[in-house]
Amino acid sequence: MKTFTRRTMLKTTAAAGALPIIGSTAFAADPLKVAFVYLGPIGDHGWTYAHEQGRQDVIKKFGDKVATTIVENVSEGPDSERVIRRLAEDGNQLIFTTSFGYMNPTLKVAKRFKNVKFEHATGYQRAANMSSYNARFYEGRAVCGTIAGHMSKTGVAGYIASFPIPEVVMGINAFTLAARKVNPDFKTKVLWVSSWYDPAKEADAAKALIDQGSDVIAQHTDSPAALQTCEQRGLMAFGQAWDMSNFAPKAHLTAIVNRWGRYYEARIQQELDGKWESGDTWWGFKEGVLEMSPYNEAIPADVQAAAEATRTGIIDGSVNPFTGPIKDNTGKERLASGALGDGDLHKMDWYVEGVQS
Amino acid sequence: MTDSLLIPIIMTIVGAATPILLAALGELVVEKSGVLNLGLEGMMLIGAVTGFAVTATTGYAPLGVVAAMIAAAASAGLFGFLTLTLTANQVATGLALTIFGIGLSALAGENYVGQTVDVFGSVFPAALSEHPVLRVIFGYSPLVYVSLLLVAAVSWFLRKSRGGLILRAVGESDLSAHSIGYSVIGVRYMAVLFGGAMAGIAGCFYSLVLTPMWAEQLTAGRGWIALALVVFAGWRPMRLLLGAYLFGAVMTLELHAKAAGFSLVAPEFLAAMPYLATIAVLAIISARKAGKSLAPACLGKPFKPSS
Repeated sequence: MKTFTRRTMLKTTAAAGALPIIGSTAFAADPLKVAFVYLGPIGDHGWTYAHEQGRQDVIKKFGDKVATTIVENVSEGPDSERVIRRLAEDGNQLIFTTSFGYMNPTLKVAKRFKNVKFEHATGYQRAANMSSYNARFYEGRAVCGTIAGHMSKTGVAGYIASFPIPEVVMGINAFTLAARKVNPDFKTKVLWVSSWYDPAKEADAAKALIDQGSDVIAQHTDSPAALQTCEQRGLMAFGQAWDMSNFAPKAHLTAIVNRWGRYYEARIQQELDGKWESGDTWWGFKEGVLEMSPYNEAIPADVQAAAEATRTGIIDGSVNPFTGPIKDNTGKERLASGALGDGDLHKMDWYVEGVQS
Repeated sequence: MTDSLLIPIIMTIVGAATPILLAALGELVVEKSGVLNLGLEGMMLIGAVTGFAVTATTGYAPLGVVAAMIAAAASAGLFGFLTLTLTANQVATGLALTIFGIGLSALAGENYVGQTVDVFGSVFPAALSEHPVLRVIFGYSPLVYVSLLLVAAVSWFLRKSRGGLILRAVGESDLSAHSIGYSVIGVRYMAVLFGGAMAGIAGCFYSLVLTPMWAEQLTAGRGWIALALVVFAGWRPMRLLLGAYLFGAVMTLELHAKAAGFSLVAPEFLAAMPYLATIAVLAIISARKAGKSLAPACLGKPFKPSS
């Protein structure tokens, strides 16, 4: 395993550029070279941390058969294109780019390096040698919503949201629909903070939502600040991307945990078998890409059972978080019966009944 | 708005305003001496990580605050060496200090990600600090009261004391101050170190009081708001106090307005409000500049006595 920061990597690769390319002839025993491009530091305890755990799973499973490289703190945009191209030139055969903003740079590089395979997270662009993948986070939101519906005394949840893109909107809706199944009068107050990461603002947002009557907080932002606020005020909250219970042992009800390793293992196995194909993957609980962190002991057994029923129902297909009838928050009927399809979810720009935004 | 809502809102405003006030107050003194240090954000982060690390290790928050002041002042000393002794460009060096602070704090804080410490909260007895009404006066971290005392102290120092007069002389006309025998570089070093120590307290207000944890870029750009605030206040401590609480109020009320479902304007517009206010104030000040500039005359100019 090699670990690079972006800076040292540019330096070493610049030096290597002066030498004739070594190791371009592959022997059968050579390990498969796999690279990961990360948005944040692996110590962010959120999004990038979860991807890094996925890479650790890969190392555990494949051992010597793979050689992995990571580049941390790669900002989205032109900078990332240089990093991705460098990784391709270095002979990596499979490159995972793990943030939305790497989409176009990845596509550009993929067009030039037809023999290298690329995997881009959370985007929609694909090519013959470039796949896209994402997780069905909304399934976890439905489990959180079920718990919130039971646990909230005021019947009002606060939801700290980043940007109004479909992924965030469908999370809010799945959460609210599940909570209203338990408590038909349940309301979700959404507060947009226009940032993925701003701890002080997230904490202030939590305070504002609590002061306006929310007693449980959900979030689609990356820091544990809101959890700490709830811990101080003796209220409840859900973690994001990873188990955040050490920040708020009493307040932390559960968290949606992103297990990217399941996907990385599958794709690397396919590449080793020579069966890799481009495609779009959207996995959830069933495929193991999502898990719930251990439920807090403060959650009564019957509520834990209801949460588990939601989770197992999603896995066996008997529960769909977006089952009709669904009304939007202006009272218009959006779905009479059946369930919303993936296409509807991907362009979701309306809120279900009970959401105040 | 009911009374039960008013008190928590005031308390949130104080929390949002205090670190900006502390950092801006330090920068005000630095700029009054004729030095422009754009490295506030970096120094705040160095203070935040040092304060957290020392508090997490020793379990004693005041020690963390002192360590934060020392560490941030040391980084300011580096800035001082480059800009005052070596007369490097202040703008470029300040920006470099910010980038350096972001990187160094991330490196130093690596082992502290995921840990927590107790909030450095009120030291008054619970009967006062948790009283439903009186907590609006007694419910804050000691750093809040310190920040208010420091505003008064700096205001007095700059206006009434001999030291303040010398500092202002150095900032307004470095050659004159030099020719009557004051050490321009020495005074500026003192000011820069003071600014660093203040940024250190501001930084650990985040990592010890508001969000008691360490994560990279914890201050999320507040240093830039503090920088703008100094200009906003026209380099006057009392106006700085007003400005900091105004900024705190805008940031807090924006969130409350949205949480209350008040949605006449887009949330993105409300989030942009503090920055729009800054631009507006800068425009007004610049327009007035034809008459009399409020900025110290030697702001940002390197001092070279030999030339």
